[in-house]
Amino acid sequence: MVKVLRILLVDDEKDLVSTLAERLSFRGIEADWATNAQDALKLVRENDYDLAVLDVKMPKVGGFDLMEMIKKIKPEMKFSFLTGHGSEDAFKKGCSKGACFYLVKPVQLDEFISKLKEIVEE
Amino acid sequence: MFWDLFRPVFWDATDQDGVGKTLFNYRRMWLIVVVSIAGVSILPLLIMTFMNLNLYEKGMRAEITYPLVRLVSNTRRSLTYFLEERTSALTFIVRNNDFSELKNQDRLARIFLDLKETFGGFVDLGIIDSNGTQKSYVGPYELKGRNYKEQDWFKEVIVRGIYISDVFKGFRHIPHFVIAVKHLLPDGDFFVLRATIDTERFAKLVSSIDLRPESDAFIINHQGILQTSSRYYGDVLSKIEMLLPDCPEQTEICEVQDNSGQKFIVGCAYIAHSPFILVLVQKPIVLLQSWWKLKREMLALLISSIVIILVVILGAATMLISRIYIADMNRLATLHNAEHANKMASIGRLAAGVAHEINNPLAIINERAGLIKDLFTYTDKYAQDERLLTLVDSIIAQVDRCRAITHRLLGFARHIDVQKEEIDLPKLVHEVLGFLEKEAEYRDIQIDVQVDEDFPTIISDRGQLQQIFLNIINNAFAAVDDGGHIQIEMKKLDENRVRISIADDGCGIPPENLKRIFEPFFSTKKKKGGTGLGLSITYGLVKKLGGEIEVQSQVGKGSKFTIILPVGRA
Repeated sequence: MVKVLRILLVDDEKDLVSTLAERLSFRGIEADWATNAQDALKLVRENDYDLAVLDVKMPKVGGFDLMEMIKKIKPEMKFSFLTGHGSEDAFKKGCSKGACFYLVKPVQLDEFISKLKEIVEE
Repeated sequence: MFWDLFRPVFWDATDQDGVGKTLFNYRRMWLIVVVSIAGVSILPLLIMTFMNLNLYEKGMRAEITYPLVRLVSNTRRSLTYFLEERTSALTFIVRNNDFSELKNQDRLARIFLDLKETFGGFVDLGIIDSNGTQKSYVGPYELKGRNYKEQDWFKEVIVRGIYISDVFKGFRHIPHFVIAVKHLLPDGDFFVLRATIDTERFAKLVSSIDLRPESDAFIINHQGILQTSSRYYGDVLSKIEMLLPDCPEQTEICEVQDNSGQKFIVGCAYIAHSPFILVLVQKPIVLLQSWWKLKREMLALLISSIVIILVVILGAATMLISRIYIADMNRLATLHNAEHANKMASIGRLAAGVAHEINNPLAIINERAGLIKDLFTYTDKYAQDERLLTLVDSIIAQVDRCRAITHRLLGFARHIDVQKEEIDLPKLVHEVLGFLEKEAEYRDIQIDVQVDEDFPTIISDRGQLQQIFLNIINNAFAAVDDGGHIQIEMKKLDENRVRISIADDGCGIPPENLKRIFEPFFSTKKKKGGTGLGLSITYGLVKKLGGEIEVQSQVGKGSKFTIILPVGRA
C-alpha cells in the first residue's frame, strides 16, 4: 500500500499555495499551507509532515531561516525550496546542512510530485 | 593601388559617437606635424642656400670683372701711350725744325724715314701751311699741293693745336687716321704737321689682347662707328648697334643688352685726347658657365636634401601618429569592452529581476489553470466539455513557454561573473539557438547541428561561451537570406581540444574585409547601427578562454567560423 504523503507548503503568495495544495490533494497528497513563518511553525507543531516546501524569499522570515526553526522542532523533517530566482549560491548556502533540492517557479506539477517522492524515499 | 599601400591607418578614421570619440583629429594632427617640422627644417635651408648663392654670385662676378678691368685699363694705357708717343714725336719734329726745313721735300723724307724706323705705323707725312695747302709730302700717294682748308680736321687742328681724327677712308679709300700738330711761327703764322697712321698697326694693339673665344675687343668713336674691325659687330667704319653706357674717363664695367635682348658684360674706357673709346665685350654665358655649374650643383643638393628631409618627416610623422592612433583605438576598445561588460551585467541583473517577478504570477497562473484542469479531470463534472479542456491546455502551454523564456534568462544572468564549470557544449549551443528559434522559424532558416558521439564536456565559462556563440550565430543569421542554411559541427579534435565550426551559405566576406574582421570598430553595418565590436569582443572572449578563432569566407558562397577550445581538464 502506498503511503500517503503529508507535506507543508509555505509561500507568501496565498493564491499559489492554496491552489497548489488543492491540486496535490487531487493526486493523493495531503498538503497544508501557510503564508508566513508563524502559521507554518504552528502547523509543524500540530502535525507531522514528511516534507516542507518553502519559498526562499518571504517577508520577515525567509525560507532558510524557517528551515532552521522547523528543524529545531522536527529534526527529521525534509525540505525543498521553491524560488522565483535562479540563484545557485543562495541554494547552496541554504542546503549545506542537509539533503535538499530546489525548484524554480513556475513548476510543472508532475515534476514537482516526482521530486517530492524522490526526497521522501531517500 | 600605390596609395592603398602607403595609406596610414588613421587616414580614414572617422569620429565615433558617444564613448567611441577619438581623442584627436588624426589627419589634421599629421598635417600640422608634417608642415611645422618641414617648415622649421626646410626654411632655414632655403634661406641659407639662397644667401650662399647670392654671395657666390657676387664673388664670382668680382672674380670675372676684375681681370676685365685690368685688361681694359692696360689696353687703354697702351693705346694712349701709342698715340701720345706719336703725338710727342710730331711735336718734337715741328719744334726742332724750321718751317723752311720742313718744306724741303728731302728733309721731310728723311724725317719720315726716321719716324717710320723709330716708331713704325706712319704711312705718310705732310706739311700744310696756314692756307691749307700741302707744301711738302712724303708718302705712297701724290698729295703735294692738295688743299685741306675746307676739311674738318684742318679746322679742328687750328682750334685745338693737336688733333687726332676718327678713322676715315679719305682719298685713299683705306681706313686710316690722322694726327695733326699745329705749330705757331714767331711771325704769328702757323703750319701744321700732318701724319697718317696705319689703322692696322693701331688695331693690332687691340686685337693682341688675349681674349676668350667668345669675347671681342674693338675701338669705336663717340658716334658708335667702329674704328677697328670687330669680331662680331662688323668691319671698320660700320655702325655698331649695341647701346653703350655713358662711359666715364675711368675704366668701367657694366652689363649691356643688345637689340636681340642678349646680355653682355662690357668694359669700356675713353682714350684721352682722342675720339676713341676702347670696348671689350664678353658674353656672360662664357663668364658665368662655372657659376651656372655651381648653381646647378647647389640646387641639386638643396632639392635632394629637401626630398630626404620630407621623406624622413613623412615617415616619422606617419609612424608616430599611427602609434598614437592605435593606442587611442586600443583605449577605445577597452572602454567599449568595459562598457559592454557593464551593460551585459546590467541586462543580466535586469533580466533576473524581471524573470523573478514574472515567475511568481506565472506560478499562480500555472497552478490556477492546473486546478481548472484538475477540476475537469477529477470531478467528472465538466469532463464532457472538450473545448474548455483545450482552452485550459492552451493556457498551460503558454505558461510553459513563458517559463522556458524566463528560465533561460535566469540561466543567462546567472553566468555573468567569470566562473569555470563543467559545460555540456552541445546543450549550451542548443540553448543559444533557443533564443533565435522564432527568427529561424519566421525566416525559414534551417539550422543543422552535428555533434560527434565522443564529444566531451569541457571546463569553461558558461556566460562567455553563450556570448561567443550568440554573436557568431547572430552574424550567420544576418548573412544568410531567408531560407538559408546554417551548419554547426562539433568535433573532438584530440584529448585536449574540441572544434566547433559554424558555417553559413550567406553573402560571404570580401577578402579585404576578412583580414580586418576581428578589429575593433570595423563594421560594414555602421550605417545600420553596428558598433563594429561584436566580433572583436568574440575574438577577445575566445582568446580569454584559451581558444582560437578563425574565419574562412568566399563572397557569394558563405562564411565559416571555426573555434577551437581547450577541454580544460589538464
